[in-house]
Amino acid sequence: MATIVAPLNFSPVEDAEALRKAFEGWGSDEKTIISILGHRYSYQRQQIRKAYEELYQEDLVKRLESELSGDFEKAVYRWILEPADRDAVLAHVAIKSDNKDVIVEISCIYSPEELLAVRRAYHNRYKRSLEEDVAAHTTGDLRRLLVALVSTFRYGGDEINARLANSEADVLHDDIKDKKNHEEVIRILSTRSKSQLIATFNRYRDDHGSSITKHLLGESSDDFRKVLRTAIHCIVDLEKYYEKVLRNVIKKVGTDEDALTRVIVTRAEKDLKDIKELYLKRNSVPLELAVAKDTHGDYKDFLLTLLGKNE
Amino acid sequence: MALPQELEALTQAFSGHGVDEKSLISILGKWHPEETKTFRKGTPHFFIDDERQFERWNDERVRLLKHEFMRFKNAVVLWAMHPWERDARLIKEALKKGAKRHEAYGVIVEIACTRSSEELLGARRAYHSLFDHSIEEDVASYIHGNDRKLLVALVSAYRYEGSKLKDDTAKSEAKTLAGAIKNADKKLIVEDDEVIRILSTRSKHHLKSVYKHYKEISGKHLDEDITDLRLKETVQCLCTPHTYFAKLLDATLKIEVDKNTKKAPTRVIVTRADVDMKEIKNEYHKLFGGSLSNKIEEVANGNYKDFLLTLIARGG
Repeated sequence: MATIVAPLNFSPVEDAEALRKAFEGWGSDEKTIISILGHRYSYQRQQIRKAYEELYQEDLVKRLESELSGDFEKAVYRWILEPADRDAVLAHVAIKSDNKDVIVEISCIYSPEELLAVRRAYHNRYKRSLEEDVAAHTTGDLRRLLVALVSTFRYGGDEINARLANSEADVLHDDIKDKKNHEEVIRILSTRSKSQLIATFNRYRDDHGSSITKHLLGESSDDFRKVLRTAIHCIVDLEKYYEKVLRNVIKKVGTDEDALTRVIVTRAEKDLKDIKELYLKRNSVPLELAVAKDTHGDYKDFLLTLLGKNE
Repeated sequence: MALPQELEALTQAFSGHGVDEKSLISILGKWHPEETKTFRKGTPHFFIDDERQFERWNDERVRLLKHEFMRFKNAVVLWAMHPWERDARLIKEALKKGAKRHEAYGVIVEIACTRSSEELLGARRAYHSLFDHSIEEDVASYIHGNDRKLLVALVSAYRYEGSKLKDDTAKSEAKTLAGAIKNADKKLIVEDDEVIRILSTRSKHHLKSVYKHYKEISGKHLDEDITDLRLKETVQCLCTPHTYFAKLLDATLKIEVDKNTKKAPTRVIVTRADVDMKEIKNEYHKLFGGSLSNKIEEVANGNYKDFLLTLIARGG
């Protein structure tokens, strides 16, 4: 379930005017910006952008970029873009900074149609395909795996083939033991439907005693195996995955604001509520409290608003 | 018409691509039993002299004839189909045939490389509906040889379709390809990661620029220097599709070709009629002299011939 609190009735024109007022004078009225944008659904935010453009012949996004700064600006920028466009930006940033997790998240958590929308948005924004940039920035097995993951258009049905799950669980087991050739792991993980994969992983655990991710842990900890484990986590239980990301991010000595922003902004309208509940269960501390402790200023206020705080 | 001419005409009606329905009706339909018997005795490749004093149909011939009668029906059904379903079914068929005949995989390369990004995507969607699997998962699990990596990458591509490109990147990638070709005896080029990356992720505009730079570097065209068939087809389909289709039509619009090759003209004409048939016709004329329609007149018969001629005349 979503966490943001937004009204069903709103006026894009009024919001645009209020934002314009917030920009006037020295500095800008961040509280107003947060209280408006932080309480609007995606389709509402796009309407506000349109209204602002029509009223003032200026791109709201560009104005926000110039008025705001730091982590707060980055968060608002990501928040106001359309979801697919936002993910294209996140992917591009991730490729440049060698952050493979984001690529795995987009390709393994999103539905085939959502991934497709991101790829289209990437074409529009960067005049190249997502896969060509991923390929150009990686090598070897890691490249093969990541390019395959972002290129896939998985069958979306629930049907599973039990015999296939059995045989492919064995193939995965053998492939993991043999450290040289990873073709079969890449093939299975990047082409089979999610339902089929979950059946395969269950079969793996039944037949080989341990979950596939535990076995992947046991061996050497190279990037390729790390990405494999991330992909499997994303496919099997995405809320648990996100909870873990948040937990690690908050635990770290310098909070990784990029990751914190990413999770909250991309899930606030989807399942952040469920992730929050999981977080509370796991850490005995509400996510809002942990975030409030680790962040400050407008950035903190914005995140808390997205997390559901209602003034 | 005198008998010898009719015999000739009837044999023609059964040879080539499709059958000449009108001749079959007008000749066979009116012959006396004696004339038909003369026909049977005079065509040893159609009828065998049986020991029990009768001329029997050659079973293999009848089987081939069945394909010829169906050629028009298959063309019509394929033409009426939604392009997405068409491509999905063609790929499935290629996967099934390819186990025994690797040339069939060429159809997968053809579809993956000559369709636009959205058309290929449509084919992938249709494949989900028709076969409950994704194209990439079937390609990956059916194909076990060296071609697998290349083919999975090609069918998964969702290329940028704009014209923006970085010329120095294209130049350096042409050099990379040249290097891979030189090393082809040490490292299998169809599995070379860089080759696959370039050919399966870059936009078509970018690849055409790579093709041009390659010619400048090495003097020959990229596809001429590649011996691996699938890779050669990949480059041709991506960089010079009209030439590829024109040559394919010339090679397959022949009277004596095997039944698998004979399916190509239907596929090419039906799938390109509304896309780039005009350019293919021009290229055909440039390469081979005569017109494509004359070639079709020569080797095809009846309704099938008329249908093909109508399709290639669309759009001028």
